[in-house]
Amino acid sequence: MARSNEPFFWALFSAGGVVTAFLLPIHVLLFGILWPLGVIPEATLSYEHLRGIVTHPLGKLYLFVLISLAFFHAAHRLRFTLADLGLKPVARGLAVVCYGGASIGTLLAAGLLIGL
Amino acid sequence: MSRPYVRPFPKDWWLARRPYTLFMLREFTAVAAAAYAVLLLVMLYKFKQGPEAFDAFMDALRSPVSLVLHGLILIAVLYHTITWFNLTPKALVIRIGEERVPGALIAGVNYVVWVVVSALLAWIILRARA
Repeated sequence: MARSNEPFFWALFSAGGVVTAFLLPIHVLLFGILWPLGVIPEATLSYEHLRGIVTHPLGKLYLFVLISLAFFHAAHRLRFTLADLGLKPVARGLAVVCYGGASIGTLLAAGLLIGL
Repeated sequence: MSRPYVRPFPKDWWLARRPYTLFMLREFTAVAAAAYAVLLLVMLYKFKQGPEAFDAFMDALRSPVSLVLHGLILIAVLYHTITWFNLTPKALVIRIGEERVPGALIAGVNYVVWVVVSALLAWIILRARA
């Protein structure tokens, strides 16, 4: 990775940090904790109920931004943290794996959302 | 030719001091965020397959293993949220005239916006009609 790529990935990291901080907790809480525990009525998070949001253009855009930026945020953090933990000799490969993974995740999100 | 001196760097440097360890914990909240993004991809995939696949996936979220994993992810994501908000005043200096807006106020605004946005998202998701 050339040094000049740095500001670009930092911007994605930063935007992803904001998105992750503001938006992810409520998703995890609703879908992963409250619904399974029965706090939220069963039908509320069913396919039929959620279809309207997930297939709405704004819903798709929201999910795309959320997923993609969460990936790029994580990629940037892990890239540097793993280097600090002793993987510095393979820093270049690390960057390729991290940002490559985030790119694949972004493409998958786009592909899944476009087809809905 | 002599090689340049490289200062030895212990691999467990992040265990040496508490702030370093907390830093490392904060960095690894990114793993939880990435894991949840993968889960969202799986959810979308199941959604694409149709009602039966999606509802079966949601039922699987009721397992104790899933609950524990989501609990851990929630803790990690909340740790990210808190550390991110508390760092905001350091990255963002706002002045009104000569006065610098206090960091606690900037962080506080973040928390308020976070609660409002979370409530709005919950409302949009929960009130949606089939």
